[in-house]
Amino acid sequence: MYQYNDFDRAFLASRNDQFRDQVQRRIDGSLTEDEFRPLRLMNGLYLQLHAYMLRVAIPYGTLNSAKMRQLGMIAERWDRGYGHFTTRQNIQYNWPKLSEVPDILDALAEVGMHAIQTSGNTIRNVTADHFAGAAADEIADPRPVAELIRQWSTDHPEFQFLPRKFKIGVTGSPNDRAVVKSHDIGLRMIRNDAGEPGFEVLVGGGLGRTPMIAKVVRAFLPRADLLPYLEAIVGVYNLLGRRDNKYKARVKITVHENGIDKIRAMVEEEFLKRKPLFSGVDQEVLGDIEAQFAPPAFKSAPIDAFDAAYAADPVFRDWCDTNLAEHKAPGYAIASISLKKHGATPGDASAEQMRVMADLAEQFGHDELRISHEQNVVLPHIHKSDLPAVHAALKSADLATANIGLISDIIACPGMDYCSLATARAIPVAQEIAERFKALKLEHDIGPLKLKISGCINACGHHHVGHIGILGLDRAGVENYQITLGGNHTEDAVIGERMGPGFAYDEVTDAIERIIRTYLAERSSPAETFLDTYRRIGTAPFKAALYDKETVDA
Amino acid sequence: MSRAFIPKVVTANALIEGDVVYLTADDRWSRDLAEAELINDPAHADLRLLEAERRGGEIVGAYLADMAPGANGPEPRHFREDFRRTGPSNYFHGKQEECA
Repeated sequence: MYQYNDFDRAFLASRNDQFRDQVQRRIDGSLTEDEFRPLRLMNGLYLQLHAYMLRVAIPYGTLNSAKMRQLGMIAERWDRGYGHFTTRQNIQYNWPKLSEVPDILDALAEVGMHAIQTSGNTIRNVTADHFAGAAADEIADPRPVAELIRQWSTDHPEFQFLPRKFKIGVTGSPNDRAVVKSHDIGLRMIRNDAGEPGFEVLVGGGLGRTPMIAKVVRAFLPRADLLPYLEAIVGVYNLLGRRDNKYKARVKITVHENGIDKIRAMVEEEFLKRKPLFSGVDQEVLGDIEAQFAPPAFKSAPIDAFDAAYAADPVFRDWCDTNLAEHKAPGYAIASISLKKHGATPGDASAEQMRVMADLAEQFGHDELRISHEQNVVLPHIHKSDLPAVHAALKSADLATANIGLISDIIACPGMDYCSLATARAIPVAQEIAERFKALKLEHDIGPLKLKISGCINACGHHHVGHIGILGLDRAGVENYQITLGGNHTEDAVIGERMGPGFAYDEVTDAIERIIRTYLAERSSPAETFLDTYRRIGTAPFKAALYDKETVDA
Repeated sequence: MSRAFIPKVVTANALIEGDVVYLTADDRWSRDLAEAELINDPAHADLRLLEAERRGGEIVGAYLADMAPGANGPEPRHFREDFRRTGPSNYFHGKQEECA
C-alpha cells in the first residue's frame, strides 16, 4: 500500500492549516458563508439537511488497519459513533461540528488520509476494482495507476475549476467490478496483440439525470502515455464543456453533443502537444508506487480446518458460499463483509465494527481492507485456514450477514434522511425490502440480484445500472418511486428500462415482491438469473405483474 | 387578486452544529418548530428573511418555508420540512436525540 512521503505530509499539513484558518475566520465573522462555501467544499465539507457532512476520500477503496481504526476513532470522538461508506468508496460522517472539522482533518492526516477534492468541480476520488490485487481474474493490479492518478490530479492547477465534477475509475480485470463505463473516464487495463500493457480508454459515461454508457476514445493506450492522455482529455473538456447550464456540463454531454469522433480528434491533437512536456518523471514515480503495492507474502498452510468447519457448520458454510470470492493465490479467499444486515442502513458501520474489521485485517488479512462501491467492506487476502476464526469474530460484531450479491445487498444513497438534494427517502425503502425478503426466506433461491436505490435523479445509488433500480421522486409533494429493470453495471453495462408510473412509498416493497414472484414463475430453471430471465422474456410479464389489477389480486 | 399567501417560517441551519433552526418572534433561533414565528404577511416575510440573512455569524442558508397553522404552532406542508423538523428516520440522531 502507498505510504505518504515527506512531500505528501508537508502538503497535507499546510492545506489543513490553511483550512483551520478559514474555519476560524468563518466563525469569527471575517468570512461570509458565500466566501466560505467554496473553501469548505474544496475540503469535502458539505451542509446537509440536519448537519454538516464530511466526505473523506478512500483512494481506490484501499485501507490498512491503522486507517480503518482511525476512521472508527473519528466516528466515536467527533461524530455519532458510526460512518457511512458510499458508492464512490468514500466514507461520510453525518454529524461533524464545523468548529471540530479541522481536528478531524488533522487526525486523518496522521494516517495519510484527507477530504480534498471530494466535492467541487474537480477530479474526484479515483475508484477501482475492490478486489484489486487479489482477484483470480485480474490482468494487473489497478491501484498503482490509480495512486498515480490521485497524485497527478490532487491540486492540479489546471483542473481546479472544471465545468463540472470529474470521476475516473480503473479496473485491471476483464470482469468489471468498478463500473468504469459509468465514469467520466473509465480505464480498462489490457494487453495489445504484442502483449504490451496498456489501457482501453472510455470517456463520457455517467448516471444522473442523463445516464450514458461511456464510449471508447482510444482502443489501446500504451501504459507510459496515461497521464499526458488523461491531461489531453480533461484539457479538451475544460475548454469545450458547457458552463452555461449545470445540467449539461458533465463530459458525457460534451461527448454526446460533439460526437465521439470529434472529441477523439481533439484529444489526439492535444495529446501530441502535451506528451513532450512529460519528461518521464511520472513513470519513475509510478515505478516507486508499484514497489509499494507488491503483493503480500502469501503463506502456504493446510486448509483442513476450513474444510472441517465448512462441513460441520451450516452458518459458516452459508457465509462462505455467499460472501467469498476466488483469490489468485492458492489457499486464499477474498472475504466480503456485508454492511447490509437486514433492516440496517446500507453502508453504515459503527466505530466498534470498524475496529473489529481493522483487527481482523491486521491479524489475518495482510493488513489490507477495501471498500466496495456496493457499500461493503472487503478483506482481500484471507487464508482459508483463518476463515473460521474470521467468521466467528465477524459474527460477534454483527457483521456476518451472508447476503453478498443477493437481493438484500442493496445499494442505497442517503436519500432524504440526510441529503439536501434528495427528493425522497432511500434508506427506509432498502430496509423494508431487505426485511421482507428475509421474512419470505427467498433470497438465496432468487440468487444473484443487484437492487439499487437512489433518492433523487442524481443517481448516487446507481439505480440506472441495477437489475432492479428504484428512483425516489417528489410528485406533487408526495414521495413516489419509479422502477427500472434490466440495468447492468458490469463490462456489459446497460441502462435499465423504466416500467411505468411510479409507486407510493408504502407500495414499493409489494411492487418489488411482484417483480420477484414473476421472475421465479418465469425462469427456465433455478440457474437462470433474474437478469437472464428479464433479457429472455422482456418487460411484458413484469409490467403485467406491476400494473395489471387481476394479476395483483391473484 | 393574487393567490392567498401561504404562511411561512424563517428556517436555516445553525452555523456550528448545522442543526435545523427556526426564527422566533422574539428573534431567537429555536430548534423547535413549535416556537417559530408563523408569518402571514408577504411583506413581513421578506423583512424577516432579510433580518435573518444578516445574522450570518449564527446561521447558514436562511429561507422561507411554507407552513400551515396547527394546534401546536406551525406544521410543515411538505415532507421535506417534516424531515427537517425531526431528523433522520433511520436513527434517533441529531437534535431529536439532544432534545429527548
